[in-house]
Amino acid sequence: MIGSPDVVALTKEDDFGDSFTDPCSLPEEFSVPLFAHAANANPWTKTSYAKFSKDFILVSEFSEQVGPQPLLTIPNDPKVCGTFDLNYFSLRIMSVDYQASFVGHPPGSNYPKLNFVEDSKVVLGDSKEGAFAYVHHLTLYDLEARGFVRPFCLAYISADERKIMHQFQELSSEFSKASEFLKSGNRKAFANELEKKLKDLEYTRSVLHKETELQKMNNGCYSTQAIEKANELANVEKSIYEHKDLLRQITSYPSRKKKDVDFVQHETEKPADTSVIDDTLNSNHSDVADKTVETESESIKSSYTPQLIKAKSAKCFDKRLKTMEELCDASFFHQTREQLNIIEKSFRGDLCLIYTSQIDRALLSKQSVTSFLFEAERSWEYGGTSKNFSISSNNPTVPILNLSGEPLSLDSYTTCIDVDHIKPGVESMDGPPESSTSDITQETSEAADTETKGSFSSDKSIEAFGGVSPSSLQANYFDGLERKSKVSIASPSENASSSVAVPQRMSDGNLVPMDTACCIGQDGFIFEEPLPELAQECCGDTVVNKEPLSLLQGDPALQVDYTLEESALAESPNMGLTFSELNTEEVEKINIEDVSDSTSFMSASTSSDRAVSPFTYSSALTLKQKKKAGHSALRFIRQYPFAQQAIFCLLSGRTLVILGVDEGTVRKLVNALFIFVPNLGKYGETVQPWLSSPFQLTDLQRWKLIGLQRAASPAGTSILHSLNRYSRYISILDCDNKTLRCPPYKGTLVSHLADHRTQIKRGSTYFFHVQGMLTQLTAKAFLYTFCHHIHLPMDINDQGSVTSRRTNFLLQLGYTVEESKIVHYLSELIKLHYIQGSSKGGNQSFCFNYTTSYLYKI
Amino acid sequence: MLRWILGGREAQGTVESAALFIGEEQPKNCFTEMQVLKGHFDIVRFLVQIDDLRFASAGDDGLVLIWNVETGDHLIELRGHTQQITAMISYTFIRGGNAHTALITASSDRTLSLWDPDSGNRVQNISDLQSPVKCLLVLVRLDVWLSGGNELCVWNRDFELQCKTVHHSDAGISAMVELPKNFIAAAMDKEIVIFKLNLSGSDIAVMAMRHLADHQDTIHSLIHVNDGLFASGSHIGELIIWDSVDWTIQAYEHILWEEPARDGQSEFKLNHQKPIERSIQHMSSDGEYIVAAVGSGLYVYNVLMKSVVAYRRIAHDSNVLHTVLQQDGCLMSCSEDGSVRMWELQDLPLPAEPASSGFFGMFGTFGRSSKQTGPPAKKIPEVPGLRSLELIGDLIGHSGAVQMFLSFKEKGLVTCSTDHLLIVWKDGEFQSQLRSLAVFQKLQENQEL
Repeated sequence: MIGSPDVVALTKEDDFGDSFTDPCSLPEEFSVPLFAHAANANPWTKTSYAKFSKDFILVSEFSEQVGPQPLLTIPNDPKVCGTFDLNYFSLRIMSVDYQASFVGHPPGSNYPKLNFVEDSKVVLGDSKEGAFAYVHHLTLYDLEARGFVRPFCLAYISADERKIMHQFQELSSEFSKASEFLKSGNRKAFANELEKKLKDLEYTRSVLHKETELQKMNNGCYSTQAIEKANELANVEKSIYEHKDLLRQITSYPSRKKKDVDFVQHETEKPADTSVIDDTLNSNHSDVADKTVETESESIKSSYTPQLIKAKSAKCFDKRLKTMEELCDASFFHQTREQLNIIEKSFRGDLCLIYTSQIDRALLSKQSVTSFLFEAERSWEYGGTSKNFSISSNNPTVPILNLSGEPLSLDSYTTCIDVDHIKPGVESMDGPPESSTSDITQETSEAADTETKGSFSSDKSIEAFGGVSPSSLQANYFDGLERKSKVSIASPSENASSSVAVPQRMSDGNLVPMDTACCIGQDGFIFEEPLPELAQECCGDTVVNKEPLSLLQGDPALQVDYTLEESALAESPNMGLTFSELNTEEVEKINIEDVSDSTSFMSASTSSDRAVSPFTYSSALTLKQKKKAGHSALRFIRQYPFAQQAIFCLLSGRTLVILGVDEGTVRKLVNALFIFVPNLGKYGETVQPWLSSPFQLTDLQRWKLIGLQRAASPAGTSILHSLNRYSRYISILDCDNKTLRCPPYKGTLVSHLADHRTQIKRGSTYFFHVQGMLTQLTAKAFLYTFCHHIHLPMDINDQGSVTSRRTNFLLQLGYTVEESKIVHYLSELIKLHYIQGSSKGGNQSFCFNYTTSYLYKI
Repeated sequence: MLRWILGGREAQGTVESAALFIGEEQPKNCFTEMQVLKGHFDIVRFLVQIDDLRFASAGDDGLVLIWNVETGDHLIELRGHTQQITAMISYTFIRGGNAHTALITASSDRTLSLWDPDSGNRVQNISDLQSPVKCLLVLVRLDVWLSGGNELCVWNRDFELQCKTVHHSDAGISAMVELPKNFIAAAMDKEIVIFKLNLSGSDIAVMAMRHLADHQDTIHSLIHVNDGLFASGSHIGELIIWDSVDWTIQAYEHILWEEPARDGQSEFKLNHQKPIERSIQHMSSDGEYIVAAVGSGLYVYNVLMKSVVAYRRIAHDSNVLHTVLQQDGCLMSCSEDGSVRMWELQDLPLPAEPASSGFFGMFGTFGRSSKQTGPPAKKIPEVPGLRSLELIGDLIGHSGAVQMFLSFKEKGLVTCSTDHLLIVWKDGEFQSQLRSLAVFQKLQENQEL
């Protein structure tokens, strides 16, 4: 096992370098450590230094009892972090100077004052761990906490420094959303808590009052008991006053914020308003939240039975601090988790990919007029701020430490959901159901809980933290993790994307607090498990399932090697700010999804015979399905000489009926052709992959690609009858006899699109080729639609000249008569889409031509 | 079977249909866009235009639906009749200085209703009639309307019965036509009865003036031609043109579609198997020409010249149900075979080529015409001014008999059918231009131009 640094050392020793330098050889700083793993392993699986396999999000708290502690990671999977020391890193990120927040008694004020502190955003690097993090600090209110606040932080941890730096603004805005969820939930919970506390206090006061009166009656006004009681009463009174004030402050939050928002709108440039701007993103939301605060607290008023409060509060460490979920309202907590999951998903993978897809999306969002034609519909991304993305943010200036003073413009992304992972339909297929594992873990976690409490209760200071044994910290970490894992199972499993995220899903379900090394050892076992519930969804190839295995497993020995090396390189694990020292040419790692994405070509090739239909109607069409369809399309083009005619029919809006006896064959052809259907719809509504009853005229309006069963039954004859009846509106591809009956096509456009001698080998490549050609076509259609001189009559009696001008325009664009039909059809779709908006309501018209059809044979 | 379906052109050429086949190349057919309107649950039989945009449809499900022809929107549903609707007519009257258009419907449940198509209200309703009403006629001049069933009833605007005739035969009145001087012609089985409305002050009386019994069989069609003429057609193909004032016969044609002695062999056999329907189901007129739907054929007659203009014995595969003669010399017909066909009156080419099969005397036919674009080789040189009916396009969409159609000029053509559907056929080019205009208008509104 020789890594490149070793090799370099050897050559230096031999001293050949001076006499001969190969001009082609790479400079030393670009040399990549040789990957000495198994022959077919992916060289991008491991970064040099990071001890974790992929990016993750860490939520940690600076607990007043135990110091910095990790609460949960997203993905909630111990494997992700690998041997990465979460406790240590928590300490690091929490110790970054968090702006001092005045809570408690500010000078000049008699009563505690809540500070609505802005979140701070920091970038942090740790060369020793090979980790870079975007750290988002926030505070949550807790009545029982010291100064009523508990500091938390959300950190996005990646091995790729550039990712953190480049995506800083996006990360910031996304994390601000998550933070806002937490904070608004927290305000609600805090207000509830205050209400309860006030009830208690008032009850206590009334009891004390009675007692004081009694003392006065019995012992006289100036007896010690009476004075004591009076003092106690006065304390309670004061406490009530304070709590009332707190309640007023917390409930007055929305109006304050609103004022701020107005203010900000006038002075967006003003620095130090970052979080306020972030709040504007969620201002609606928090309004709603705070309204619910009031209403709900009212309802609690009626049901809550007040308790007597002891004069002396409990010892600080005797009480159990609230969990994060308790601190924030449960629903808000789930929202936060979802948001964090979204963040995790949208930022996973290589930076280049993220960046290109961001640019891609930003550009697409500007094309809403035409993007519905051939682009995957991503309406969920259009809302909000994504439109303002400027490509010029190539080199965002990222402050290294404290970013609260940095102006943050609104041009950040809304959720960038990887299309591959949008699977609304699979939510029901949650991870493996809760089995005995969870029960066991609960017990163990409780045990761990008590253990940690015991070990920490005597230590008040943070310094003591260092003395804690790693094992207990580990347990503590899993304690937090486990607490959250119960939540995670209740919430929809976000990792349930069809095929390739399988390993994650499995490990999600099998959350067992165990040693990380143990986890790695078990990987294989978990992986090998058959997944019956996913069998029909995923492509089910062992190729795909096994591929990520090697990634995750890694080689512990290798890891150790690297870490040793790294620790030798970095002299001191100083507080983070060591970007300049660090090598930036780390090997980019590709996460599981990306690798399997690239293998989807293989899986498509092996599974294409199974004729998996992308159309399940409940789920949106994904880019991955389209890429697979690219492979089928490639096969179709090579196999059928009349493929061009068929594609022409689809592009010109003439319904193509694929007729056949065998459902698999028909579905396969539908699968191959659906990428050419304009205005496919988010769920592929315009395609009917398999129909065994005669279709109606209205179906031709809806469906542009139909798979139709040929049967000998009476139903079959009526199907044939309808085919015959509507033959002028449809083209028929008979896959049993390998014939196509359709209008003729002359031109070069489709032949470029579907050249049967194409050199393209891979389905996804072909898909992108098609996508490129179709985009070009769409651009022409756009031009044709919105060139107003060709559509508006010069005068009232000018209808005829409009027609001729249109025709000439298309001829000038270089289109034949048939190709003009395509552009014309696309143009009509654009017009309708523009006039009606994206809503597809209303009764659609159905356009057709009177043209002679010909029969094409193979 | 499949070979045949996918047989391409060569198969189409040998379609074993006696009717002519136009093929898919139809440059003169401008209807390149269709919109299917769903809403009825049974056969749709009647279409009535309300204004430039709206029309009503009614049929055997007793429903009356109001539609917008431009958008295809279903505006209002008029519910109330429990049985099939037998007649529907629009009724325009002046109220408060504004013209209102209402709908009068008659149903088999022996009710008559007046509907407001704006609000959907059933403004008036008369139930428990003695017999179901088969036809309706509005006399705009007198502001009254007539219902014809087993007796003739005269109603005023407020649905008050003014007068009625005595009970007639069981056949009842099947059609009515308004004649000058307050006379009404009504078709009752084989007779045409002329009624006179006597107006004395506000009272109206009706009395039968004369019975015209010149038809040999049941009269199916009675239409107004122009101010001086009306026409009637009977079950056995008699077409009589009457004078509106003195009720004398102006012309008599007996359309026989008779078999010629020297017919082509295949034609002969085919026709032997299937007796030719020559009932005049429907007629329409533009004042100069009359188009009669005779069985599955069409017959165009010039009332001024008193001569036949053109005819086609087999214009459809099945009985023709409705015809319209348009201003531009275009003729449309719809049939039980589910298609609408568009015809053009063309002058016959000079008799250069020999007639192959179709010389049938005065009332012959062109016979079989299977070539798609072949020139009409069959002609009758003896008849001067005879022209040919050339098929210029067909509309295929309905899967049942097309009962009726209604033209909105450039806005489109509405057809209704036995398959419970209505289809609006539109000029695709025109619609595309309209959409372009709408796009630019919206761009302007949104300040995006």
